[in-house]
Amino acid sequence: MMSINPYAMLAETITPLVIQGFVLVMLGLIVLGTILQMIHHKNVTYFFNNAKKAKLAAEREIGAGEKTAIILKTVVRDIATTAELGAGKRRVAHVLGMYGTILFWIASIVLVFGYTGQGRSVSTVWPMIWHVGAIMTCVGGYWFWLFLRVDVLAEAHPWYRIIKADLFVLALLACATTGLAWSYFQSSGSATFSYLFLVLFVTSNIVLFGGVYWSKFAHMIYKPGAAIQKNLAEADGSRDNLPPLADAPKQFGLGIKREQPKHY
Amino acid sequence: MSTFVYMTRCDGCGHCVDICPSDIMHIDENIRRAVNIEPNFCWECYSCVKACPNHAIDVRGYADFAPMGHSVRVRREEEKGTISWKIKFRNGTTKDFVSPITTKPWGKFIPKLAEGEKPNQGEINSQTLYTEPKGLNIDGELPSVPKDSFKKGVYY
Repeated sequence: MMSINPYAMLAETITPLVIQGFVLVMLGLIVLGTILQMIHHKNVTYFFNNAKKAKLAAEREIGAGEKTAIILKTVVRDIATTAELGAGKRRVAHVLGMYGTILFWIASIVLVFGYTGQGRSVSTVWPMIWHVGAIMTCVGGYWFWLFLRVDVLAEAHPWYRIIKADLFVLALLACATTGLAWSYFQSSGSATFSYLFLVLFVTSNIVLFGGVYWSKFAHMIYKPGAAIQKNLAEADGSRDNLPPLADAPKQFGLGIKREQPKHY
Repeated sequence: MSTFVYMTRCDGCGHCVDICPSDIMHIDENIRRAVNIEPNFCWECYSCVKACPNHAIDVRGYADFAPMGHSVRVRREEEKGTISWKIKFRNGTTKDFVSPITTKPWGKFIPKLAEGEKPNQGEINSQTLYTEPKGLNIDGELPSVPKDSFKKGVYY
């Protein structure tokens, strides 16, 4: 199962053009949803207004070289490892889900456009990446959704209580789970279940990408932007009006190891 | 004045929910980010502002009191044991202060809440706060005013 391209098997009954067209439609939905959200929520306007304010409050100019270095450092340290979440379970779960999703989506595009259809070569590596990505997404996502969501952890709500903010994570988990189930039943030759999970896989993809306007999908764009702006503001001295880092550490004791907010 | 949350900064970690002595910092039901559910009951203790690891919480001055844009922001560095304040006045003057978080030895006077007893749903929903009424050093229940004794009509 792990080394079989599920889309190649599907292409035996459906023309590859339909599968490729579906992927393109999903990409179009992401673009459309993000643009509509930008217009309605005014996130980008807020972001640039904030950047302008920071520039006015800056204590020093940052050169192009330093700016590039800060952006690269932010990408490597903050964005690639989701440093914002601190050291703990939430960060591990997010990193698992994030890299799982990236692998799953990249492998999907490569498999659909490169290895699906008659006369196309067979890859064993990319299907493996597709399956590993889906499994990582499931592990990180279910861990987060069942145990680490703040309304479960800090607000003492039950794990089965679903709110609008769950649209993104649940649709993503549905994609990965039904995708894995579809691949399993297809490779094991169970036509009924294979068809059932294919329909669920397609539906969850439509919900995930069609729901960009309503879901937290766009955090993948805004969060890195906010992290870069934060670090640039630290460097130019504006710091969103925050005080500078304390320069007298030793005299004030050994510090504190804060407890996780889980007292319910 | 009351606290508010910068949505782009908040990641919904729940530290503010945990520390708010008035129990008014909660997680929004729609966007899963922190929100002050009762600004009128906020006494600007700055607990949540200090506890926020992402500096996502700020205190808003009322327009009649601070119309020109002042700012009081704080940075708590636990590993250094410091707390720094930046006061920005309306005329642009700024003042920076650095203090120790506490002068008492770490761990001696800070209760380990995670090891304490887990409250039940009734306690979570009740009006009494953590350690109340015992922490208030009173016997029995909190004093209350029966509704029947209220004067009829609107009064403040």
